[in-house]
Amino acid sequence: MKITEAFERGEFVVTAEVGPPKGFHIEHMLEEAKTYLSGITAVNVTDNQSSVMRLGSLATCKALKDEGLTPIFQMTCRDRNRIALESDLLSAALFGIENLLLLTGDHTKLGDHPQAKPVFDLDSVSLIHAVKQLESGVDLGGNELVGEPPKFAKGAVVSPCSDSVDVQLAKMERKVAAGAEYFQTQAVYEPEKFIQFMEKAKQFGKPVQLGIVIPKSVGMCRYMNENVAGIHVPEEMIEELKADKEKTKAGITGVEIAARVIRECKPYCQGVHIMAMGWESKVPELLRQAGI
Amino acid sequence: MLITRLKDKETLLSLAGGKKVFIINCHGCREVYFPLEEAAELQKELEASGSVTGSITTDYICNPENMKLRLEKHKDEIGTADAVLVLSCGVGVQTISEYLEDKPVYAACDTYPQPGFQGVTPLQYDCDQCGECYLNLTGGICPITACSKSLVNGQCGGSKNGKCEVDSEMECGWERIYRRLAQIGRLDLLKCPTQVRNFATDKEVAE
Repeated sequence: MKITEAFERGEFVVTAEVGPPKGFHIEHMLEEAKTYLSGITAVNVTDNQSSVMRLGSLATCKALKDEGLTPIFQMTCRDRNRIALESDLLSAALFGIENLLLLTGDHTKLGDHPQAKPVFDLDSVSLIHAVKQLESGVDLGGNELVGEPPKFAKGAVVSPCSDSVDVQLAKMERKVAAGAEYFQTQAVYEPEKFIQFMEKAKQFGKPVQLGIVIPKSVGMCRYMNENVAGIHVPEEMIEELKADKEKTKAGITGVEIAARVIRECKPYCQGVHIMAMGWESKVPELLRQAGI
Repeated sequence: MLITRLKDKETLLSLAGGKKVFIINCHGCREVYFPLEEAAELQKELEASGSVTGSITTDYICNPENMKLRLEKHKDEIGTADAVLVLSCGVGVQTISEYLEDKPVYAACDTYPQPGFQGVTPLQYDCDQCGECYLNLTGGICPITACSKSLVNGQCGGSKNGKCEVDSEMECGWERIYRRLAQIGRLDLLKCPTQVRNFATDKEVAE
């Protein structure tokens, strides 16, 4: 099923991401996904997230699909040139994978292979354009495809709490112009900033899913504040996590905070995208507390 | 060696047509092949339509101090122009653009690499000799060299406090581009069609 169909039906669309392991044994990951994520609309599979080499997104999407889940194939432009990207898009179509999330990708220097060549032959916008081209039956080289062209739901990302939000909005507009049909956002901890962002973003008329990372610990929040672009965890939230160490360790405080952010932002967006980072088991409780 | 080649007529007319322009020709370092005749012809054409407020023909426009003095001398002619048209390699355009920060500065040439010595320019700015100069879409700041991913369609999500995810000392190139476009009133350029890079250009020149 295409995720865009759920938006069209007016559903508040819930997705969550899973990160493939560094290895090819995914029984545990599949089990967790089936247990905790089968009730949601679709499951994103990250593409060598943070430039750390792992099992591929495409193969993991296929495995999830075989288990009856709806995968979203995340594709970055860091590791493949346009030939490889287009080829993988056709492979996705062969496997019946219908949902894409198209990103530029982190730089190779941020990951565990800093010696690798950063490709960036295309970027998020030109990759969306490439998908549109393929959907019209022609590749980026201008050559015709054989047979019925593939059709995908084309997603993209945006960073609403970025300190350069106007530059982000300009990029978002280019993504829409290139053919993006829905957006998932970077993690949000500041609902007021998100709401202001949505005031400006609604002119593009595309559904936006609020990005959520469950805050696991004070250290994680401090790390994100210092190192992760577009994320700022306010000091009051960090204080909340400090207050009761046991409650925080058990994930109770983090889920409460995340649920509160979702409740505050829900009237302004069309869905939520949860990046649980290993805490997939907490997704059902988070959704319950968020009133979804 | 570098080769600078005039952009096609259509592009040049879209930049300069119907506008008052000030022209800067850089005859460059010995390592640059500059299209002398074509440049002279372009200037003649623009002059015939009465839209050239003045011009400078010199070398090493990439030397900021030298250039500053020359630009001062032509301050009034530049002031009355709507835009400054620079015929040079990408380094020269970026130098002028930085100095004339509230004036649209356009690149009239594309810069291609050739085998051999790459010239002795005081490299405060960088030109990757990509052969499809983007400076006219990006306010005279090169997205190929100012962005660590060489993105041509806007900022990625990796900028924090205005700095690049790769190097905390390096300013995000696309934030610089955005600020400059805002300054010259050309944020509309961010709505240009999707750019897809062409890595085949140097080969085409060789042929």
